[in-house]
Amino acid sequence: MTMTRDWLLSERPASRRQARIGQIYRTWLAFRGNGLALFGACIVLALVVVAILAPWLAPHDPLIGDLNHTRLLPPLTEGYWLGTDEQGRDILSRLLHGARITLAVVALVAVIATPVGLLVGTTAGYFGGWVDTVLMRITDIVLAFPKLILALAFVAALGPGIENAIIAISITAWPPYARLARAETLTIRNSDFIAATKLQGASSARIIWKHVVPLCLSSVIVRVTLDMAGIILTAAGLGFLGLGAQPPQPEWGAMIAGGRNFLVDYWWVATMPGLAIFTVSLGFNLLGDGLRDVLDPRGRK
Amino acid sequence: MLKIDGLEVTFSRAGADPVRAVRGVSFEVAQGESYGIVGESGSGKSTVLRAICGLAPTTGGQITLEGTPLPAPRSPAFYRRVQMVFQDPYASLHPRHTVDTVLSEPLAIQGFERREARIEAALTDVGLGPDFRFRYPHQLSGGQRQRVAVARALILEPQILLLDEPTSALDASIQAEVLNLLDRLRAERGLTYVMVSHDLAVISHMCERLLVMQHGQAVEELSREALRARAASTDYTRRLLKASVGYTREDAPA
Repeated sequence: MTMTRDWLLSERPASRRQARIGQIYRTWLAFRGNGLALFGACIVLALVVVAILAPWLAPHDPLIGDLNHTRLLPPLTEGYWLGTDEQGRDILSRLLHGARITLAVVALVAVIATPVGLLVGTTAGYFGGWVDTVLMRITDIVLAFPKLILALAFVAALGPGIENAIIAISITAWPPYARLARAETLTIRNSDFIAATKLQGASSARIIWKHVVPLCLSSVIVRVTLDMAGIILTAAGLGFLGLGAQPPQPEWGAMIAGGRNFLVDYWWVATMPGLAIFTVSLGFNLLGDGLRDVLDPRGRK
Repeated sequence: MLKIDGLEVTFSRAGADPVRAVRGVSFEVAQGESYGIVGESGSGKSTVLRAICGLAPTTGGQITLEGTPLPAPRSPAFYRRVQMVFQDPYASLHPRHTVDTVLSEPLAIQGFERREARIEAALTDVGLGPDFRFRYPHQLSGGQRQRVAVARALILEPQILLLDEPTSALDASIQAEVLNLLDRLRAERGLTYVMVSHDLAVISHMCERLLVMQHGQAVEELSREALRARAASTDYTRRLLKASVGYTREDAPA
């Protein structure tokens, strides 16, 4: 054990691999010291595991219930621990399957919006001049739209559905990342190590990709993680308004919308998915805060 | 070999008066020579170096390398012949790149063969062993970082090395080490140096000839012998020479 530890923390690594793994291990050591962040990471990890294993974990069918015997059972009923909804479907099973939708939304938005934001921001910041003006004015225009309203308009035009909701959220999500990446790029584009790379004859694309992006990446990742809670809420909001996931898909926001009609008599139908959204949002926020402490170079010193 | 003729560098910024950082500076550096540029802060000496390698805009005059005017922007071939070492070793290395990445980058860009061997040779040349190859800059001291920066500049096997106050960010004991390293490398490889410094002692140790600059203009050119004999012909240089000796009791106001 101590030997692996010494190998990982060696001040004189013997190979590229050892240097990289050592660096990751150091980051992990710093991250591990933050209890709340670790708790957030556990929640996010649990979401991933649940999403993958949903069909095996769920005790009942999430889409078809028994209207005769299991309608609106309260929580802690034998076999239906979180109760059932108005169609006799087990809420726990629906929540577990809903985790897949939530995770898909989060992952796809991150995969679409982050590279766009990074590319626009670093390009604008690195080149400056009219490139910067054009790109940042476009960013400003998109930023000027209220997020949920633009997503609503988009979904209304393309038709409701979870795919269109993802596209709509991605379109409104990238501008803050572009802003952030540009600000980071401005602070590093005049530094000596960029000048030194220019002096080796490197092309602008190479400098942006290999030298600027890695330095912007950590703060953008932190921002994306912190935004995840908002993205989940927007997706749930669209679902709640009937414009995101369509019935009978067990999307958490749509489940709240379904339960709101009889909130007073059967509180658990809306409350359980609400708790799920709350927990996952909290998890992402805690993880984001922890990542900021570890990844943000300014925070560390 | 390298000839600078009436060089002008003017930075124009929107909403501000243009700054004439270099005004009509001319000098010539022969092959294998070590040429120094001295002056106080803001005299434009670093800007001359940056203009030579294309990092600052040449707004007037001409820079020629072996008789051919340099194109703007500089060609990749130019960077194989001319490289630069920056002043601050804490700012000139990418914080997320290992020494290995730093050294393999120029080789990849310029399409050099035998990269592994070249990287190891470059590290040995600057007095760092292969031990240092996979370290990050935060695992290195200032002097070690500057050695890595020198290795990076030399790995493309340039003929001319531009040195922008290569030791001013280092403490005295390490300064001597790096200067000796630069001296040795020049002797071994027949390099041509253009070195900027505000430290006359460093310049007189390293350079055969030097140019004194003030307010973006060349004040006078001296040989090392003239510098050591304190045979300056202008007032400014005499004051600079006196200042380099340090504070003496005679300077004190009566």
